[in-house]
Amino acid sequence: MSNETPVLELRSLEKYFDTSSGLFDAVKNRILGDGPSYVRAVDGVNMKLEQNQVQGVIGESGCGKTTLLRTLIGLYNPTGGELLFHGRPVSEFDKDEWKEFRRHVQIIFQDPFNSLDPKFSVRRTLAEPLEIHNMEYDDERIAEMLESVGLTPPEKYLTRFPNQLSGGEKQRVAIARALITEPDIILADEPASMLDVSTQAEILNLLNKLTDEFGVSMVYISHDLSTVSYICDTINVMYLGRVVEEAPTRTLLAEPKHPYTKALIQSIPIPDPHYDRKRPDLDGEPGDPINMPEGCRFKNRCPKRMDICDRKPLDIALEGEDDHTVACHLYYDHDEVEGDQPEPTADPASSATSAGDAA
Amino acid sequence: MSEPILEFEDVDITYRTTGDSDVHAVNSASFAIEEHDYFGLVGESGCGKSTLADSIVGGLDDNGEVTSGKIRYKGEEIQDYSESEFNKKIRWKEISVIPQSSMNSLDPVMKLSDQAIEMAKYHTDLTKAEAVDRLRELFDVVGISESRIHDYPHQFSGGMQQRTIIAFSLFLQPSLIIADEPTTALDVIMQDQILDYINDLKDDWDISMLMITHDISIVFENCDSMAVMHGGQMAETGRVVDLFDRPRHPYAILLQNAFPDVRFPDRELAVIDGHPPQLLDDPDYCTFADRCPWAVEDCRRGAPDPQEIEGDADHRAWCIRADEMEDLAADHLAPATGETSILEEDT
Repeated sequence: MSNETPVLELRSLEKYFDTSSGLFDAVKNRILGDGPSYVRAVDGVNMKLEQNQVQGVIGESGCGKTTLLRTLIGLYNPTGGELLFHGRPVSEFDKDEWKEFRRHVQIIFQDPFNSLDPKFSVRRTLAEPLEIHNMEYDDERIAEMLESVGLTPPEKYLTRFPNQLSGGEKQRVAIARALITEPDIILADEPASMLDVSTQAEILNLLNKLTDEFGVSMVYISHDLSTVSYICDTINVMYLGRVVEEAPTRTLLAEPKHPYTKALIQSIPIPDPHYDRKRPDLDGEPGDPINMPEGCRFKNRCPKRMDICDRKPLDIALEGEDDHTVACHLYYDHDEVEGDQPEPTADPASSATSAGDAA
Repeated sequence: MSEPILEFEDVDITYRTTGDSDVHAVNSASFAIEEHDYFGLVGESGCGKSTLADSIVGGLDDNGEVTSGKIRYKGEEIQDYSESEFNKKIRWKEISVIPQSSMNSLDPVMKLSDQAIEMAKYHTDLTKAEAVDRLRELFDVVGISESRIHDYPHQFSGGMQQRTIIAFSLFLQPSLIIADEPTTALDVIMQDQILDYINDLKDDWDISMLMITHDISIVFENCDSMAVMHGGQMAETGRVVDLFDRPRHPYAILLQNAFPDVRFPDRELAVIDGHPPQLLDDPDYCTFADRCPWAVEDCRRGAPDPQEIEGDADHRAWCIRADEMEDLAADHLAPATGETSILEEDT
């Protein structure tokens, strides 16, 4: 599996938003000689999504996880870096390839109450993507899909409209709509967070089952580590636009390394009155994404801050664990690793593609 | 034990509708909050928990009404209070509310200090300067810099707004605070800090609290007693540890199993099928019967009466089969035993 090309690969992907608004700012910047100031919402994210793998991205609001997702599906053009779909950079796609890409990459939104067209019956909601992509279909196919997302008997649901469905049923329809084009990748933006606990468990179990059954890969975004851990194979922890730690779910929960990851895990309430949870020694909130501190972005809240934190930490794989990387100065010997590398984030693979892009 | 600070006795609340039938949102709710206790009320959306909270401070919508039963605050019946009685005797002074969305409950065009002055004007004899001083002290209590009391709400982040609301709720030194989903809109780290402040209030301010949430883990961590509601009926009440160790209502059992626990990512989550009923008639049946794996014919024949669990008058379950639950739901009880937590500090 590791030899195969990843389904989706992100190489130091960046998405910046220009904060200057209108002519006034543009003129002011010109006169003062400033460049425009940017919100660096996604700033150099590397990720490899393998076949049939579920990757989780967690972080607080404003850390850039939704921007990341939108960049992945092509709603935003990345400012820098490259996104590869089956090894091919999407920046080289022509119109037809984009259409093909959109068939293979589907999204499930956070809010099932607003993401279905209120005037579309369930049948039409599921038929529309098939028509758009010129795929053959009949009622049987739609019924089968409804059955596999647990809306049985399907005949009962085919003619219903969203206002006749409960929150959990709506989210099931949204999942069916995402799966019906036989995608390779599903992008899920907190699909369970708006639902009640009992329904949330339903949706999580369903997603778990379906990703196995249909062999799709998934990027699952959430701020809630306890639900993410039920569904994801690997978790990426994001803080102000950067991934600070990546590890398989169990490893991340059992041996978190980055001080931010530790704080996140310690903050989760445990449903057990006998358990005495140690609260994290962490203050404040994520900083301003416009004027971010130099170096490590977490340093102002970090209980373990050192002098060196004014420099940007490298993504370092922990010794003996290839799949556990952490961007924190605590975990590597700086003399040994850095040597004469001037550009810390770039790994050999990504510099190769950026050369390719230029050509 | 001393008299409870707040007591519900067989309270029914209905909403009149323009249709044929009224909505029976809360039916025979009974529970008591002891002095100096934090009481958690859990249940899914639409189970009646917010309606119940609104009725305590006379905040029901115009078409809502407490149709029977008694709500006692410090021994006095308050369910029939008029608007002006609530204003004079209850609101802010005795019972204050931390509403669900703090972002929408502060006046966006008024400085926070002016909002405090306004509150002082209606409810106290404090002068403007004294009101501002009081707010300054309270900002200190909730950990916001005193220099910011003249700011507008939009200058604060979500967590700071929530803390401001907590400061306001303490303004007239109430005895009971109703917190309706106080942390739902917040990230985990901020949620944890807010709950920490809320917990400190108990001893520093000698406060009791009614905490309404759908998040059972918050109740387990922060409350002393709790109640679980389903479909307008009470399911189970008791001390938090009793409900955790010996839950006896099927909904309380399944709800605990449906809740993800970060310590055990491999555990299967329980699924509760179906939906609560619409409550358009006075429910003379157990509203959980249609979703309950252990329902029998009798469950649909009458609304269940509370059963004391193992002779403990404080721990009650509204289920006719509560006695048998230990055997019936054996698979669902004590799921944590035999598993080891994967978290770092536990191993």
